[in-house]
Amino acid sequence: MIGGFIVVVVAIYLWKLFDIQIVNDKYQDLAVSNARYTKITIPARGQIFDRNGKQVVYNELAYDLVFVPKDVQEFDTATMCVALRTKPEAFDSLWKKKNNLESNSFYNSTTPQILVKDLDSIQIGRLNEILSHYSGFEIRERIIRRYKYVAAANILGDIREVNAEDIERDSDNYYIPGDYTGDLGIEKSYESYLRGVKGKVILKRDATGRIIGPYNDKKDDVAPIPGKDLYMSIDIDLQRYGESLMRGRRGAIVAIEPKTGEVLALVTSPTYDPSLLVGKERGKNYSDLLLRADKPLFDRAIMAAYPPGSTFKPTQGLIFRQEGIIDNSTSYPCYRGYINKGLKIACHGHGSPIALQPAIATSCNGFFCWGLYYMLNNKKYGGLEKSFTLWKDYMVSMGYGYKLNIDLPGESRGFIPNYQFYNKMIGKDKWGANSIISIAIGQGEIMATPLQIANLSATIANRGYYITPHVVKKITDVGTPKEFTEQHHTKINSVYYNDIVAGMRMAVVGGTCRGANLPGLDVCGKTGTVQNPHGRDHSVFMGFAPKDDPKIAICVYVENAGFGAQVAVPLGARIFERYLLGKTEDTEQEQSGQQQPGQEPVKNDSSTITQGATALESQPCDDSPWAPIKIPQEYAILSTTTSFLSRNGLYKG
Amino acid sequence: MAYTKDNNNNESNRLLAAVDWFTVFIYIVMVIAGALSIYAATTSSPDISMFDLDTYSGKQFMWIGLSFVIGFSLLLIDRRLYEAYAYPIYAIMIIILIVTAFVSPNIKGSHSWLKFGSFSIQPAEFAKTATALALAKLFSTYGFVLKGWRTYIVPVGIILLPVLCILLERETGSALVYFSLILVLYREGMNGFVLFALLCAVSYFVLVLKFAGTLLMGIPLGNFIVLTCVMVFIVLMLLVYCRSLILGRNVTIGYIAAALLAWGLSAMGVHINGYVFFFTVIPASIIYLLIGMFHDDLNKVLTTVIFAVVSIIFMFSVNIVFNHVLAPHQQNRINIALGIEEDLKGKGYNVNQSMIAIGSGGATGKGFMQGTQTKLNYVPEQHTDFIFCTIGEEQGFVGTSVVLILFLILILRIIAIAERQHTTFGRVYAYCLASILIFHLTINIGMVIGIVPVIGIPLPFFSYGGSSLWGFTILLFILLRIDAVRTEYGTW
Repeated sequence: MIGGFIVVVVAIYLWKLFDIQIVNDKYQDLAVSNARYTKITIPARGQIFDRNGKQVVYNELAYDLVFVPKDVQEFDTATMCVALRTKPEAFDSLWKKKNNLESNSFYNSTTPQILVKDLDSIQIGRLNEILSHYSGFEIRERIIRRYKYVAAANILGDIREVNAEDIERDSDNYYIPGDYTGDLGIEKSYESYLRGVKGKVILKRDATGRIIGPYNDKKDDVAPIPGKDLYMSIDIDLQRYGESLMRGRRGAIVAIEPKTGEVLALVTSPTYDPSLLVGKERGKNYSDLLLRADKPLFDRAIMAAYPPGSTFKPTQGLIFRQEGIIDNSTSYPCYRGYINKGLKIACHGHGSPIALQPAIATSCNGFFCWGLYYMLNNKKYGGLEKSFTLWKDYMVSMGYGYKLNIDLPGESRGFIPNYQFYNKMIGKDKWGANSIISIAIGQGEIMATPLQIANLSATIANRGYYITPHVVKKITDVGTPKEFTEQHHTKINSVYYNDIVAGMRMAVVGGTCRGANLPGLDVCGKTGTVQNPHGRDHSVFMGFAPKDDPKIAICVYVENAGFGAQVAVPLGARIFERYLLGKTEDTEQEQSGQQQPGQEPVKNDSSTITQGATALESQPCDDSPWAPIKIPQEYAILSTTTSFLSRNGLYKG
Repeated sequence: MAYTKDNNNNESNRLLAAVDWFTVFIYIVMVIAGALSIYAATTSSPDISMFDLDTYSGKQFMWIGLSFVIGFSLLLIDRRLYEAYAYPIYAIMIIILIVTAFVSPNIKGSHSWLKFGSFSIQPAEFAKTATALALAKLFSTYGFVLKGWRTYIVPVGIILLPVLCILLERETGSALVYFSLILVLYREGMNGFVLFALLCAVSYFVLVLKFAGTLLMGIPLGNFIVLTCVMVFIVLMLLVYCRSLILGRNVTIGYIAAALLAWGLSAMGVHINGYVFFFTVIPASIIYLLIGMFHDDLNKVLTTVIFAVVSIIFMFSVNIVFNHVLAPHQQNRINIALGIEEDLKGKGYNVNQSMIAIGSGGATGKGFMQGTQTKLNYVPEQHTDFIFCTIGEEQGFVGTSVVLILFLILILRIIAIAERQHTTFGRVYAYCLASILIFHLTINIGMVIGIVPVIGIPLPFFSYGGSSLWGFTILLFILLRIDAVRTEYGTW
């Protein structure tokens, strides 16, 4: 009986042991997860070079003090405070904040939490001496970005710590709290290439959380794969030159290599020092930039939708030619304006009647208004809906009305109205060609980004096609993304482009763009002076050179600067000279902008911000015209209302 | 067996020949395996020698060496001395236990250690031998037979006295060990019904606590199961114990009829409270039995009725005892073992980590000195009470089953030795040893594999500690000495 009892007990125990040791795998995994401590190794982020291989962005290491709440045991706060050079009260409140789920949304007792960011060398030295007594604490390396030039902030962007939303959206489950991700610019759009692949080091950890050494002789460790380097299409010298030209002005310069769609320069002004968004002060600097009245974070080159003004006229000429509304010799009358059924759109003095090429050269309003009038009212289309939709489709094929899909975040799509839009705005059957005639000269509802205008210039230079503009030319080991090699042909036969090119050449030689008539460069151009209900006219220039072998196509858009010929044309001419002839007149200014590696990086407030501020003061305009443009549609409606009113009042002759 | 008195020099040879060397062999295998496990459990680097006296394994080897000396010495002592001095030894041990309770320093909450300089011993480990000797002596007293409740007073007293002393030392685990000696009383004539009642008590306790959360017919499921068991036991006792076919049959028919009626009513939508049902049916059957017992074996039917009533009272007192008598840490340990509460970081940490250690060993283990749970100190008390984890992790199922089977063989061997004794003294003593080993094995291994609540008692021969090793060595070698003279039977 007693013997039987112990036999039964031993049998039950053997069965239980068989179950937990052989049948059930759970305990193996649990033992492994007990003993393994996986430390993620962050790969070096890809560097960024310009089109000529000049290093623009590189990495440096920063050090954070992190702790894993679960592994922290009671510790000596006084010594810690001395090492961190903080007051005990400050440390206590920091410690409470970091250990509270409400104030630290990433709080998780098993993952490292950042306690102090960007430790200085004194803190690191002191911490290294004491940290072996602090279970659960460690100093963690992190990569920070360094910028060689005070330039191209809008293109380069920056990196920041991931937030809860990033982690939620991250379908690859790549990010964990404390990781960094690209925030703006190509840092954001090329994040998946730049970040590389994380590695891991697996360590053996004992019951008290102490690390004993490598696990399984490092056999399970994975080395990190460094991020890919990016070669921008940007010419950093041209970019800096462009930025220096725009200093004190508001607006944008976009330069594109027509054959490849490579963006050579993408200048927005005012801009900021990219180094401002690095390091401890990032949060403060970021909100300062965000709140600044002149919005330097707003990339006017791709985010601002402006009325394109007269730079729009070549598109109209192309449509009329393609549709057979006009031929090269068709002339329309323009006696200081377009006068039709009581409506007058004013124009300046030039010969009349006038044909296409001289109309482009002199930027005649009347010609293009008549052209659009005759096209929309042409019986062959069978009604306004069909003719207007056809017109809209031509515009879309030329890259207007939709995003061009440049490889930068936040691009605006501009605005090209369609038939339904006017039905809604004015009323079905209540509008005709005359009610919307100002769109023929790039006013009214039409909105375009400087990038779209530059892209039009590149399309004309290419005689009928464009390649999606892009700022990154090549990704190391990957090459150029396929979408940046495809030609997008417009719906216009390329022969008609030659007529427009001739007109634009004429404008430079003897028309509105004489200021860009650079000997030997064969510049073709078109000015724009955009009427602006909020203040002085915007000054615009669009052009390319040389005429028969275009190397560069540009758009210069300067807010509230007056006539296109006065400001934008000379700036465009400087860009041509600089890029095609390598002219360097104000090298001094550039030198000051370059950061020598190893030197203390140019610290924020001094250079750019002050300049931006003075620039703001020097501008007489207070109601910023681009502020409502941020949402193009809204602005479109706003501006249409004004132009609608003016159609019924101001322009009535 | 022929015995010749012609050569006295042969006496020691004869003695050695008569020692149960098989048991000695198992003993040696176990203590050496134990020391190796202690080495694996406590040494971080294989560079440190296992015989280094600064290590736990080195000290254990030293104690093993000394226990060989002790064991051999015990074999040389005349067996009659054990019997003759059984009571004085017991008395001295009790005094030492009481003294210990008052002079011992507080070590992890218990006052059970006597310190002699840097050396300390735990008298409770040696009191087992004294109690076994006293119990054996008592039963071998001429004319002593367990019959009638009065005859139980002295043996139960002998068992309870050290229990009280050890409780005074706050060593609950060691105190519980003595209750295993009830098995000896059973072997020596105690009614098996007592064991059955104890088994029922433990089962009720577990059932009531484990199934307190869910309700059935408006009462806790645990109580429902216990009350159903009571009904089944009443029927079984009537049939098997009272051998009354008629009473058994009638009660069964009554119960089934009542159950069907209740089922039918509840199917018709009448809500019946469980207590109302059970406390109508069971008292009704008891009244029937009280009337019917006069036609049958009066005592046995009365016993059945008393059993039923006591069972119900016990059931209702379980929660009171659990909540008001047991200390919080004891409640926690029971909750963990019953799976009522899972607190892997706090109260359940030890058992969880020990199960991870054993479970991760797989079939053949991670290899000697390769256990991560062991090496990285995840299991507390790994060299003492939780030494079985090291074997489980590093030697796998092969190791654990070999150890369990070694213990099984040892215990069965001891029972066999007990049964071949010609004296009551020898038999009772051997059963005492077997019972103590059964208790240690059941509780210690049950604890590390999460079946039994955590009770801090060592695994005999394996766990680190001189007192425990010597205590069991003395227990075993006194038996071997007593057993070695079986061939001399009839010569004195």
